[in-house]
Amino acid sequence: MSAIATVPEPRDEPDIGKLGMWTFLASEVLFFGGLFLAYLYGRTHWPQGWATASRRTDVVLGTLNTAVLLTSSAVVALAVACEEDAKRRRWTSRLLALTATLGVVFLVIKGVEWHADWHEHLFPGAKFALDVPGAQEFFALYFVMTGLHAVHMIVGIAVLVVLARGRDWARAGHLEIAALYWHFVDLVWIFFYPLLYLVERHG
Amino acid sequence: MISSYLDDGLTIRSWLTTTDHKRIAILYAIAITAFFFVGGAAATIIRLELATPQGDLVSHDAYNKLFTAHGVIMVWLFLIPSIPSVLGNFLLPLMIGAKDLAFPRLNLASWYLYVAGGLVTLEALFLGGVDTGWTFYTPYSTMFSNTYVVLTLTGVFITGFSSILTGLNFIVTIHTLRAKAMGWFKLPLFAWGMYATSLILMLATPVLAITVLLVIAERLFQIGIFDPAFGGDPLLFQHLFWFYSHPAVYVMILPAMGVVSEIIPCFARRPIFGYRSMAYAIMTIASVGFLVWGHHMFVSGQSLTASMVFSLLSFIVAIPSAIKVFNWTATLYKGSIRFDAPMLYALGFVGLFTIGGLTGLFLASLALDVHLTDTYFVVAHFHYIMVGGAVMAYFAGLHFWWPKVTGRLYPEVWSRIAAVIVFIGFNLTFFPQFLLGIEGMPRRYHSYPPQFQVLNLFSSAGAGVLAIGYLMPLVYLAWSIRHGARAGDNPWAAKGLEWQTRSPPPTDNFDTPPTVPDTVYDYAADEPDPTPEAAR
Repeated sequence: MSAIATVPEPRDEPDIGKLGMWTFLASEVLFFGGLFLAYLYGRTHWPQGWATASRRTDVVLGTLNTAVLLTSSAVVALAVACEEDAKRRRWTSRLLALTATLGVVFLVIKGVEWHADWHEHLFPGAKFALDVPGAQEFFALYFVMTGLHAVHMIVGIAVLVVLARGRDWARAGHLEIAALYWHFVDLVWIFFYPLLYLVERHG
Repeated sequence: MISSYLDDGLTIRSWLTTTDHKRIAILYAIAITAFFFVGGAAATIIRLELATPQGDLVSHDAYNKLFTAHGVIMVWLFLIPSIPSVLGNFLLPLMIGAKDLAFPRLNLASWYLYVAGGLVTLEALFLGGVDTGWTFYTPYSTMFSNTYVVLTLTGVFITGFSSILTGLNFIVTIHTLRAKAMGWFKLPLFAWGMYATSLILMLATPVLAITVLLVIAERLFQIGIFDPAFGGDPLLFQHLFWFYSHPAVYVMILPAMGVVSEIIPCFARRPIFGYRSMAYAIMTIASVGFLVWGHHMFVSGQSLTASMVFSLLSFIVAIPSAIKVFNWTATLYKGSIRFDAPMLYALGFVGLFTIGGLTGLFLASLALDVHLTDTYFVVAHFHYIMVGGAVMAYFAGLHFWWPKVTGRLYPEVWSRIAAVIVFIGFNLTFFPQFLLGIEGMPRRYHSYPPQFQVLNLFSSAGAGVLAIGYLMPLVYLAWSIRHGARAGDNPWAAKGLEWQTRSPPPTDNFDTPPTVPDTVYDYAADEPDPTPEAAR
């Protein structure tokens, strides 16, 4: 009646780790999903205020940052490819360091942008610059969205720095998992960029 | 020689740095028991206050803080982690024939996050408390309340990470660490319950996290997201909050259903009726449960069309729920039923969950809900699900697997008496609240018109009985750790893989690889009664 005795065999650790990261990213999608819902709500309830506010974001710096982030994603993909090829493995650490540097560049540009926003009184509050209903809400969300994205970037940069310094970890399959995370944070920005910088820019 | 996981390191340090899922389960058990009694103390004062119509025991401010503390502690620090983090942690690897969870260190980190979040929440309560209710409705929570909203929400936020990481761990474990012969449809229903619950924890908790962050941001920086005075919208908060908090109810009830599905076949000596439909029903409840949050908002001013859709979807949840109840009943049919303590709790669960579920249909009906919203009918309804359902099942599971966890049997007579006291006390406490709600008594007030006093007195008296019922297991279970009779590996002659190893199990769970049977719940009615005399 009872079947064959079986040895519980765990699969390879990298597989488990990768599945763990994918599951985590599913969770992250829902985390940012709440922000997208709030965005949709605001955009449909105060089209006028949101259109006015949208034009005040810095499209030049936003576009530049998008380019920086996309490049960093390409570089981290190269690092993963180099790790898989014994002849090119010595490049892995350098490419990881480059990815982290691009991440820092992104944060610096973002900081410059926030600084300018602050001085133009675009941070919600009593001195807020725009007197259109809903405009404050746009900027409230803008700061929350870009701020949370920056927090995710900082975590990613820290992980990349650790991996760039210690090769043993990278070999244990952590590199691809970290790259997955980095791509995800990049992807979130790909959605933020049009929503915050491009929509309703015209007219 | 190390005989079991309990002997594998005897220092406090060895416990606090353990990555053994069984030890972490015990760490959780200790922590949630502490929070359970703190939350229970708040409930006791609430019921004492409500024994008389006048607000004479505590001020209305203190009363508001008490029901908030009760809700916050019971929901986030007890119910959500109860069955998954304690029983799930202990049993899931054993049930699927694994040595541990997929990420043992992450598992320990989850416990620390849970404790950290719990302590932050407790600190807020001791500093002066929160008066928003556990729902933190805006704009009251973001603009008007002068209490420790941010600190409490920070605690909830941290605890949320513990939920997410536990869910992640369980999902990956079930996908990757099953014994080879353990196909998906050979998983015990408890494991299915854990899987469905983990999906909800993974996908709903992050929405709570972002909601909490937005409330904190609005409160700290006075930016308009939820407050209409600043261009925000309070309904947005309700949508986001209930998108988490409704599925959170299923986080409490799905594991409970899993526990009951293990116990009823064992004590009826019958295979579970309709195994596959049980598994599908669990997954259906988990999925449809994501689409019914609007039934908390029928009187909020959301569109009638939305309300009708949410009402319909809420009724649809009743179908898989009823499938489960009928299948448990059909499992009992022609079984040789024994009324051991776990079975008493499990049968109590089936009855109370049925009442809780059916009254949920009252509340899902649009017209009736207008009358019943924010009355004691709602309070009674969700306590039938959360306490009558989830807590009963937690106690059922605790008794059922106690011999496996500790290697000892608890005193059977005392445990049966406690189970009956809990059942009586529970109904005495909460059934009168249905009647109070129908008569129109609103919830969350510390004084009420005198005509409601008789029913309130019944309810308060019931709370006293319930308290005794909950304190008894604390005493006799603790006693049994040292003085209980040795349990043996499988005192109930149960069929899960966890019963194939020793009691308590060795650190690596199995001395010899467990045998996965051809069919799950392979009970036969004609086998002789195997319980040793010691268990009587």
